[in-house]
Amino acid sequence: MPHPPPIPTSKSDPSCWVLIFIAWLIAASGTLGALFFGEVMGLPPCTLCWYQRIFMFPLAIFLPLALFPLDTKVARYALPLALIGLGFAIFHWFLQLGLISPSASPCAQGSSCSEIEAEWFGFLTIPLMSVCAFALINISLFATFIQGKK
Amino acid sequence: MKQKIIFIAAALVLLALFIVGTLAFKNKQHSAAQAHVQINQEALIRMHSPIIGAQNAKVTIVEFIDPACEACAAFYPFVKELIAKNPEQIRLVMRYAPLHQGAEQVIAVLEAARKQGKYWPALETVLATQDQWTKNHQAKVDLVLPLLAPLGLDMAQLQTDMQSSGIQIVIQQEIADAKALSVNKTPSYFVNGKPLLSFGYQQLSDLVDEALNK
Repeated sequence: MPHPPPIPTSKSDPSCWVLIFIAWLIAASGTLGALFFGEVMGLPPCTLCWYQRIFMFPLAIFLPLALFPLDTKVARYALPLALIGLGFAIFHWFLQLGLISPSASPCAQGSSCSEIEAEWFGFLTIPLMSVCAFALINISLFATFIQGKK
Repeated sequence: MKQKIIFIAAALVLLALFIVGTLAFKNKQHSAAQAHVQINQEALIRMHSPIIGAQNAKVTIVEFIDPACEACAAFYPFVKELIAKNPEQIRLVMRYAPLHQGAEQVIAVLEAARKQGKYWPALETVLATQDQWTKNHQAKVDLVLPLLAPLGLDMAQLQTDMQSSGIQIVIQQEIADAKALSVNKTPSYFVNGKPLLSFGYQQLSDLVDEALNK
């Protein structure tokens, strides 16, 4: 009687571990950073900020679960979140740059999405940081996805 | 094993950065707030401000309230108790920061009651019955008036006074002063000109004790 093929468990490829770890590190920094802007500095999050938070915060919580033990399949679950988050971040960034007219923005009242609340070095705004964070998370997770398929 | 250590170390570093950053930011913010209040001292007490307690008291508590604010109603008995412990040494100055919709009219009611010498009973009634005249964080002045009936006020006179320009000017001054002192939350306290930076019963009590023991 032939042995059933072993159930493919996660590969213990150390490069995948590092990639997921990097994605988590960025997500956790982004989460704490968002909490710092909102809760400590008291900048009220606008509607678009809230959507980006929705797609960032869960990553900080569930990516570590894929590190111990290593589960490269997490990319399947995390990538949709990271991609949608990136979409919101790019939209928000373009809105602040004026590439999209504010009338196309979903925030009518409360804190304005197009207004620049904080800026460093003349170009680094909160949405740009969000774009960078989501982009790096997407790259790490996509690399994990490719590596995990091998 | 090594991976676990790396993960835990990274998590701790991030948390530590967050905590240190928070403390540093709050510290900077507190000194800025203190400096801001220091240059706006004249906005703390106005000639028209209602004051309770000994005229030459050692400690002056300036309290900014919104009559429709729940925390203000909850804190009021505590402040009264604090003063009752040292009635000779503490006086309380009432100021307003109307942050709720409709609160300005309730302030007008209080100021009109003051003209009839019933300010403190009116204030206590308004705060104690707050849940009966606030709906969805909006103050309903029509619901306040019947609640004040037992105080024996001349209601017709009260309603006339509420609209008087004198009271409207007072309210505008209150709003301007609250803005000048960066009062964006109620209740806000200042003890001998020093703002209460971290909100709480104990913190307020400590700040008062510190002023008493100076």
